[in-house]
Amino acid sequence: MTPNVQTMPMAKALNAGLRKALGDDPKVLLMGEDIGPLGGVFRITEGLQAEFGPNRVMDTPLAESGIIGTAIGLAMGGYRPVCEIQFDGFIFPGFDQITSQLAKMTNRHEGQVAMPIVIRVPYGGHIGAVEHHQESPEAYFAHTPGLRVVSPSTPHDAYWMIQEAIASDDPVMFFEPKSRYWPKGEVNLDSHDAPLHSSAVVREGTEITLVGHGAMMSVLLASAELAAEEGTSVEVIDLRSLSPIDYAPIVASVQKTGRLVVAAEAPGSFSVSSEIAATVTERAFYSLEAPVLRVSAFDAPFPPAKLETTYLPDADRVLEAVDRAMAY
Amino acid sequence: MSITAATVQLLSPEGQLVESDASAEYLPYIDALSDDQLREFYRQMVVVRRFDVEATNLQKQGELGLWVPSIGQEGAQVGSAFAARPQDHIFPSYREHAVARIRGVDLIGVIGLLRGTTHGGWNPADAGNFHLYTLVIGSHTLHATGRAMAMTLDGTTATGDPDTDAAVMTYFGDGSTSQGDVSEAFVFAASYKAPVVFFLQNNHWAISVPVSTQSRTPLYLRSGGFGIPGIQIDGNDVLASFAVTKRNLDEARGGDGPRLIEALTYRMGPHTTSDDPVKYRLGTEVAHWQTRDPISRYETWLRSRGEGDLFFSDVAEEAEDFAADIRRRTLSLGTPSIDKMFDFVYTEPHAPLAAQKQWLTEYDASFGSDA
Ligand SMILES: Cc1ncc(C[n+]2csc(CCOP(=O)(O)OP(=O)(O)O)c2C)c(N)n1
Repeated sequence: MTPNVQTMPMAKALNAGLRKALGDDPKVLLMGEDIGPLGGVFRITEGLQAEFGPNRVMDTPLAESGIIGTAIGLAMGGYRPVCEIQFDGFIFPGFDQITSQLAKMTNRHEGQVAMPIVIRVPYGGHIGAVEHHQESPEAYFAHTPGLRVVSPSTPHDAYWMIQEAIASDDPVMFFEPKSRYWPKGEVNLDSHDAPLHSSAVVREGTEITLVGHGAMMSVLLASAELAAEEGTSVEVIDLRSLSPIDYAPIVASVQKTGRLVVAAEAPGSFSVSSEIAATVTERAFYSLEAPVLRVSAFDAPFPPAKLETTYLPDADRVLEAVDRAMAY
Repeated sequence: MSITAATVQLLSPEGQLVESDASAEYLPYIDALSDDQLREFYRQMVVVRRFDVEATNLQKQGELGLWVPSIGQEGAQVGSAFAARPQDHIFPSYREHAVARIRGVDLIGVIGLLRGTTHGGWNPADAGNFHLYTLVIGSHTLHATGRAMAMTLDGTTATGDPDTDAAVMTYFGDGSTSQGDVSEAFVFAASYKAPVVFFLQNNHWAISVPVSTQSRTPLYLRSGGFGIPGIQIDGNDVLASFAVTKRNLDEARGGDGPRLIEALTYRMGPHTTSDDPVKYRLGTEVAHWQTRDPISRYETWLRSRGEGDLFFSDVAEEAEDFAADIRRRTLSLGTPSIDKMFDFVYTEPHAPLAAQKQWLTEYDASFGSDA
């Protein structure tokens, strides 16, 4: 039998994944601002309230702390809430509920209470939007014990990872690279082989390894292509999961290539990239022929949109780091 | 949420003065206005509406990333803005273009925000103490309260001289009332008896979510439980907005403590140019509010008082000129330099960031152009 493979954008894949989860488990609930008749500002929940009703797909009052806090209570009552935060920069009114409450609830109950909550966050730049609408806050959450943090970069991964996140009994921060909502890709609706918290080699190469996640993946793949034209063989790894990080493919790759560049849209200091640089240095020190380099945004607030392409790392900045690493 | 006997309305949708128990104590505020002041209300409403149309067009033509129209809310904004005194401070959300203009903000600053050339756009100290727009819903109501607390600490309020005593006014929407920050602002304002007026524009929608999701009771009743008197006005009545705000600001500046005004109005356009209201609200509702338009009822009233065609055509012409000027200046806004990104993150030197700026400068130079 041929597998059911469809071409769709990530936005549609997420919609399909959420629909599947709602259909499979009556305890799954969606909560968020404008996710009902409007279908969310990015239309990820389009049609779901019409299909499952307002008790399963709830347009909430405008309060992120309220959304997360009540999701915690709903989870205590046996539900599996999937919360939508409208934009990255608006997660912070809910930060206390996420980091001080949600992340610690299972631990405080010594395992007696599970928190099967997913918090979906459209994140990242490249959309020319106003302040608070283009940020990459994932490191705050990866830094918080008790939270799982993932970010798909393709429609296929989005379709499967959202369902796996909903199936998880732990809280999962689900970061959706909003600039990748619209490009289409193939989704195999029948099967997938990567578990939620695995990283994946998405392009093989021998001389240097590039690691990233989310929207950065398309930049890294383009960079690898350009480097190949210049005669450098680049391996590219998609993290997919930021907490926990699946290091095995990264360490194996670095053992092969001897060089590593980690790229992300967030400011570089105290970042996910910093964590990877430290861990790879610990685990593959003798394989490294160059220091692990980070390519990141600058340690400044996300600037006005006219400066976003200067602020965000692009293929040129990645290749500059590749050149520096190759020079060792 | 509709007009009830408790709602202060001075000018009916048909453009007639309303004589009622609720209006009686406020009509003297209108009687005290000169003809020029009354004309000014009209002029500002019309010019800002035209500005909104121009900005929407600029967005459609790709010159702005987004636009946030205030169409339909001019009455609430213009009346309340004229009620404030020069020494007052205003903390807006992001839709108060008319208030901004009246306080002295050059609206090209607002355009810059939406074109992506700045996160600020003006210096409040040079713009009638009109503080920066805040996009994170509700946060600024706490800043407003703190600013009012500073007035109390400084003794620049409640001395008994309304010409120098200051107060704060903060604007926010019906959706915003659900944020914890807004409730906390009520708590602090009441606790410290801060001279702040909470000006709530209930435009009935928070993007696609109706006000009924935010509150089961009229919102002007919300603040009472915090110890803050609340009052509801017809927000599409510029006269009610002026009179009630003036009175409440003067009470706040006089030391009576915080106040809440709920202005019932309507967002006639989309939430922003990215929004598609057809998905969630009925055309009949919009049509109903069309009949309650703040500008047309005010024009009817001014004409009934003898204002002639010449005045109205002059204002229309001024609005056209203003829009044309905004368009011209928008197109010449240019791209900000990287200084804007690096130079104001801290007031004092910060070595890692300085090194990053240096790196970027050299990196850009390595491409060999002067780009
Ligand atoms: C903390 C936060 N959450 C979500 C948003 C996204 N958002 C922008 S405007 C808006 C609705 C605001 O409604 P309301 O307060 O009624 O003001 P209006 O826009 O109608 O003037 C939402 C949800 C935001 N800006 N800030």
